[in-house]
Amino acid sequence: MRKETILNACVLLGLLAVPLWALSVDEPFIITLATKAVIFAIAGVGLNFALGLGGLVSLGHAAFFGIGGYTMGILASHAQNYAPLMEWPLVIEGTKSMPVIWLFAVLFSSLFALVIGALSLRTSGVYFIMITLAFGQMLFFFMISWPAYGGEDGLVIYVRNGFPGLNTLDPIQFFGICFALLCIVLFLVSRMARSSFGLALSGARQNEERMQAVGMVPYRLYLIAFTISGAITGLSGALFADLNRFVSPTMFSWQTSGEIMIFIILGGTGRLFGPVVGAAVFILLEHMLGGLSEFWHVYLGAILLGVVLFARGGLIQLVAGREVAHD
Amino acid sequence: MSLVLLIEQVLNGLQFGVMLFLMAAGLTLIFGVMGLINLAHGSFYMIGAFAAAATAAATGSFLLALAASLVAAAVAGAIVEMTVIRRLYNRDHLDQVLATFALILIFSEGTRWLVGSFPLFLDIPDYLAGPISLPFGIQYPQYRLAIIAVGLVVAGGLFALIAKTRIGIQIRAGESDREMIAALGVDISKLYTFVFALGAALAGIAGALIGAIQSVQVGMGEPVLILAFVVIVIGGIGSIKGALLGALLVGLTDTLAGFLLPTAFGLVMDPASAASVGSSLASMSIYILMAGVLLFRPTGLFGSS
Repeated sequence: MRKETILNACVLLGLLAVPLWALSVDEPFIITLATKAVIFAIAGVGLNFALGLGGLVSLGHAAFFGIGGYTMGILASHAQNYAPLMEWPLVIEGTKSMPVIWLFAVLFSSLFALVIGALSLRTSGVYFIMITLAFGQMLFFFMISWPAYGGEDGLVIYVRNGFPGLNTLDPIQFFGICFALLCIVLFLVSRMARSSFGLALSGARQNEERMQAVGMVPYRLYLIAFTISGAITGLSGALFADLNRFVSPTMFSWQTSGEIMIFIILGGTGRLFGPVVGAAVFILLEHMLGGLSEFWHVYLGAILLGVVLFARGGLIQLVAGREVAHD
Repeated sequence: MSLVLLIEQVLNGLQFGVMLFLMAAGLTLIFGVMGLINLAHGSFYMIGAFAAAATAAATGSFLLALAASLVAAAVAGAIVEMTVIRRLYNRDHLDQVLATFALILIFSEGTRWLVGSFPLFLDIPDYLAGPISLPFGIQYPQYRLAIIAVGLVVAGGLFALIAKTRIGIQIRAGESDREMIAALGVDISKLYTFVFALGAALAGIAGALIGAIQSVQVGMGEPVLILAFVVIVIGGIGSIKGALLGALLVGLTDTLAGFLLPTAFGLVMDPASAASVGSSLASMSIYILMAGVLLFRPTGLFGSS
């Protein structure tokens, strides 16, 4: 087996072992931290699909994270207030069922990703970075100034949404749900990366002209990748909202976009498990450095700067060596 | 009376636009000459504002405060360029984004560490306080008018610097062919440091000027930075002329939409929902403007494809 495959298996096992250990010593807070890491990992895997595979440096993925979160917030707040979302032409009620919420979170975030992507992908390079950032900021300001769903204060959901057959209020069961979703997402993404679509996308990243010459349309490949990427990040947004039982415009802020990108870089760009490692390390750093100093972002900044300048390829490359061309 | 109000809002929009230009000009220069996307540009805006607030508190002189903002931001810019940014010119945009994002974290939290989370205040000098009477019976704050004037003077100076001086020739040559200008014997790394420090100084003075209207606090630079990105996208990256036009467009659109849209919706809706719909749309107006420009000119108004 390749070193990286072994490392990936260890990471997944580790992510699973920590909360189980925490359960045995009765430390629910650690389970919550692990859940947060898993949810951030899903967001990172989403962005990594566009960034690592397609080379699309999007600084606006907080938009999809936020849309996922607000989909959960809006549906659940209508359900908890017993106020239908819409009464005409047909009655649409809110819902507290996780699978339904996930479905809509994925639907709405991919719709937004399709529109934002269609506009932003008309450009490339630095323009693309700035435009995705600007669209993210647009939704941020919209959410702040839109009073219907809490505006600046956000929305509080009193009880965590339900999943058939499970007690989601039990931290370890909610962790299980998130972990299972992460595994499903990882599986799907790895399949897609090896599909003919994934190979064409990878080819477009490496050499656009050549891909055009063999009859591919890079714009279309990028747009599909961007939409899928937004959908995955939207799903993680819905989970994150459920973890906190709270949504606020902060989910849309550009710092959130930056943080999702940090997960990828810490772990390693373009690696399947890069964001998983990165998110786990990020949560670990937040927890450890946050205990040292209130100003732990200074250290985070220094670490990030060090990784970008001196450890290109992230932690996975440090441990497992350079990427193998094909397996 | 509403015409008077409208003219006042147009002036506000101009003032906002001129400030955005000072930010956008630095960003677009740095990108044009070095090919670098600099997210940490907002930090120089913040550094300028803090340097001005500290100097004004120590000396009581507003002019000294402005000078301090220029110097502090330029020095910070030169140091950052020589230690970090220099290593990023040959990297891809992703590395540049991340490294400069890391710089934002360091600058913002570092400032919070040193100064604390409470905002500082920078007072408008006595000789610019109070309103001035303009034609049509308009009363407009002197200070804001002064900002427009200062901004336009700086813009003029920048155009002159680039069009007329030797260093301007080198900057323009650097934009079109980096290797060639280095081969002709220009010390390219000094030129890069100068351009970066110049951009930082422009951001610094913008921060100081705005700091007297708003409060001086950590994180004040990033919202302006993102607006400056919108300006550059609209104007075309690398074009100073585009930055000026884009900045004025964005400044006017933002101010006028916030003023006109709620009123316009008030004609067809009840006042409460008109205010909320109007203000949410107004907050999106400049991004809609950007999307509109992109649809017709993907490289911006003055960008070369």
